Amino acid sequence: MKALTQRSESVVALVLLAAMAGIGLLNPAFFSLSNLFSLARSNVVSGIMALGVLTVMISGGIDVSFPAFAVAAMYLTLRLMLALHWSGVIGPFLLATAIGLALGLVNAALVHGLRMIPLIVTLGTGALVRGGLLGLVGTSQINIDRMPPELIRFGSAELVAVKDATGAHIGLSAMILLYLLLAFLVHLFLGHTLLGRGVYAYGDDREAARRAGFSPRRVVFVVYGLAGALAGFAGLLHAAMIWLANPRDFIGLELDVIAAVVLGGASIFGGRGSVLGTMLGVFLLVMISNSLILMHVPTTWQRVVVGLIVIVATALTSWRDRRRLAQGLA
Amino acid sequence: MGEALVALEGVSKRFGGVEALREVSLTLNAAEVHCLAGENGSGKSTLIKIIAGVVTPDQGRIRFAGETLGRLDPKGAIARGIQVIYQDFSLFPSLSVAENLALPTEVGKGKRVFRRRDVRAIAEAALARVGVDLPLETEVGALGVAERQLVAIARALISTPRLLIMDEPTTALTGREIERLFAVVRELRARGLGILFVSHKVREMFAISERISVLRNGRLVAAGAVGEFDEAKLARAMIGEDLAETPYHWTPPRAPEPPRLALEGFSVPGELAPLDLTVARGEIVGVAGLLGGGRTELARALFGFRPHYRGRVAIDGREVRLSSVAAAVAAGIAYVPEDRLTEGLFLSQSIDRNLLAASLRRFRRGPLLDLAAAEAACARMREAMAINTADGRRPVATLSGGNQQRVMIGRWLLREARLLILNGPTVGVDIGSKAGLHRRIRRLAEEGLAVLMISDDLPELVLNCNRVLLLHRGQLIDVLSGAGLSEQTLAERLRALT
Repeated sequence: MKALTQRSESVVALVLLAAMAGIGLLNPAFFSLSNLFSLARSNVVSGIMALGVLTVMISGGIDVSFPAFAVAAMYLTLRLMLALHWSGVIGPFLLATAIGLALGLVNAALVHGLRMIPLIVTLGTGALVRGGLLGLVGTSQINIDRMPPELIRFGSAELVAVKDATGAHIGLSAMILLYLLLAFLVHLFLGHTLLGRGVYAYGDDREAARRAGFSPRRVVFVVYGLAGALAGFAGLLHAAMIWLANPRDFIGLELDVIAAVVLGGASIFGGRGSVLGTMLGVFLLVMISNSLILMHVPTTWQRVVVGLIVIVATALTSWRDRRRLAQGLA
Repeated sequence: MGEALVALEGVSKRFGGVEALREVSLTLNAAEVHCLAGENGSGKSTLIKIIAGVVTPDQGRIRFAGETLGRLDPKGAIARGIQVIYQDFSLFPSLSVAENLALPTEVGKGKRVFRRRDVRAIAEAALARVGVDLPLETEVGALGVAERQLVAIARALISTPRLLIMDEPTTALTGREIERLFAVVRELRARGLGILFVSHKVREMFAISERISVLRNGRLVAAGAVGEFDEAKLARAMIGEDLAETPYHWTPPRAPEPPRLALEGFSVPGELAPLDLTVARGEIVGVAGLLGGGRTELARALFGFRPHYRGRVAIDGREVRLSSVAAAVAAGIAYVPEDRLTEGLFLSQSIDRNLLAASLRRFRRGPLLDLAAAEAACARMREAMAINTADGRRPVATLSGGNQQRVMIGRWLLREARLLILNGPTVGVDIGSKAGLHRRIRRLAEEGLAVLMISDDLPELVLNCNRVLLLHRGQLIDVLSGAGLSEQTLAERLRALT
């Protein structure tokens, strides 16, 4: 029992269940199939980005550039598709992922090569990419009438579809499968490859990781590269799911995603965090903002709630880390 | 007798203009504990790094098990059976004991997939070899220092080394933990390992080693079997001069005066049972006991970290309420914590700023600071504490451990403290600076300060204190003084505690 309550995943899961019960009591519409399906769908994009951020945070770094990378990968890919009359699904997704990966590797080169602080590096590259995109590529939104139809078809694929009492169509987006697959792969990487364990080791103590034979360079390039690649993929997926590409999208998303990762038990100081915890954290955060919308809370107040969640979750994890440390010294 | 396990012949190394090692020759046999002694900066670390392949010597030869080693890198050294346990252990606090033990082996094998079953098997075998039982799934961060060290030792032994280098392994351990470590070391020796034990603690070297080599300023100044040394000779070899140390003698003041510190029924719920204590002007009162037995708890409560304490506290006869650190500081209490690096000093800031940190108020002139006066006061304090630098603007991090400790004490003297609480004042400080520090502390006491000295270092307590309190499980169980205060009785009393 003690082991269970000490695992941060189970704590998040309990909070999640309690929040669900509370929200369900306030608003019975919460448990309707259509709401649950839409909730699951809202997890996909933030969740995929969070997997990258989790990996970076375990290594002791931080990434705030991924929303800019995601938007750049999405918008560049779509503009290219329109300009070249290029259609298809796999090719564009590979391109978006590659754009994200390349940008992530720039982060890695600055962090590793110049020994710069990750927060500053990613603030800088994020601003650079976002500003460059709007200045050089354009500011116009790509609407549904110009979106490549293959992408729209792909993004609207459904896993199950039912009709409710009034005969309205309710579907569960198949993109959830992609999210689950990526989450499983990242979980395998972190937990079951030596390089993945090296990410934890590096986040714990760089010098010790080096002495143990891990290559710091490889760890840094893999984590920032992975975060960029996942962001690029998620960016295009986002456009495919909402049938719209806005180069001003994802502003402020870094806070939500980092909040979700911290909420899921990852330590801002590195060395700690899990895919399951992160997925629960994302779910909790998405559910809360979702419910605030259902309850007609204005968006400005939703930001207040997210800010509070970041502070409380970080306070709890740092309190936990301090307590562990204190136990260790006693 | 066969060939030595390690033989260094005329090894020299320069770093820039600094000669770190000059023509050092040294031999170490299998099944032998060889102590490498020397002050900080004497070249011990460079020597270790040369044997471990981290640093390449400029001149000289290294022979290992009959083979002359050419250019050596760390991997090559490990492959030949040389393992180093660094002072910081190089462990991963968030990972489990099993992973800490097995990761380097798995990385070394070039594996890509991480299998928990393999890791467990490696870890179990490693712990069995050292003969200790630790929970494999526990995070290393949750272990005590001594247990972490056992993990580091077990990890080093996985590759079945022939030479084990231990860099100051006893620094963070209490007396009893040191004995357990020594038992492990003797067991390894019995199995034929050569052990290079790096230390600057004289007692330990006599307790554990067969042979001793002493470095000073990069040269080998003495070497021989342990029987050829006595403590005075070893200390002389290390610091190059005699250490004449006489126990501290305290004479009570002739005219009666209120004590500097008086505690009545002082207690902290859950940590300290009620105790009465007075410390007079000029007294140096030692505090001994096991870690967690109430020593640090007492210090921290006196420094205002436990506002919910019970009982009465008076400083110079005036009752004070230690409800916060600020209140304790205002009452004239100063505390130099055990880990001065994490609890006390601002490492990247200058020496002078560190000295001034607690007494900026004194140099206030209107809304501004009188920088000239502050600088002059700092210069005087650097002089008085013999802090080894001409420039107070250098970052504190550039000073040696002993000098950093003196900065910390100097900070409180600038504030004109009445009671100075020292927690492990010479942990990690070499014996030359240690003697200097002791002289400073005594002089401060003679000038009227009252001192509480918490320490694991029994000779330090016996030499410098006129009384020693024994705390156990939060209770004051005895006070040793006069003829009753000797290293032997203190050691016996501490051993009897459980």
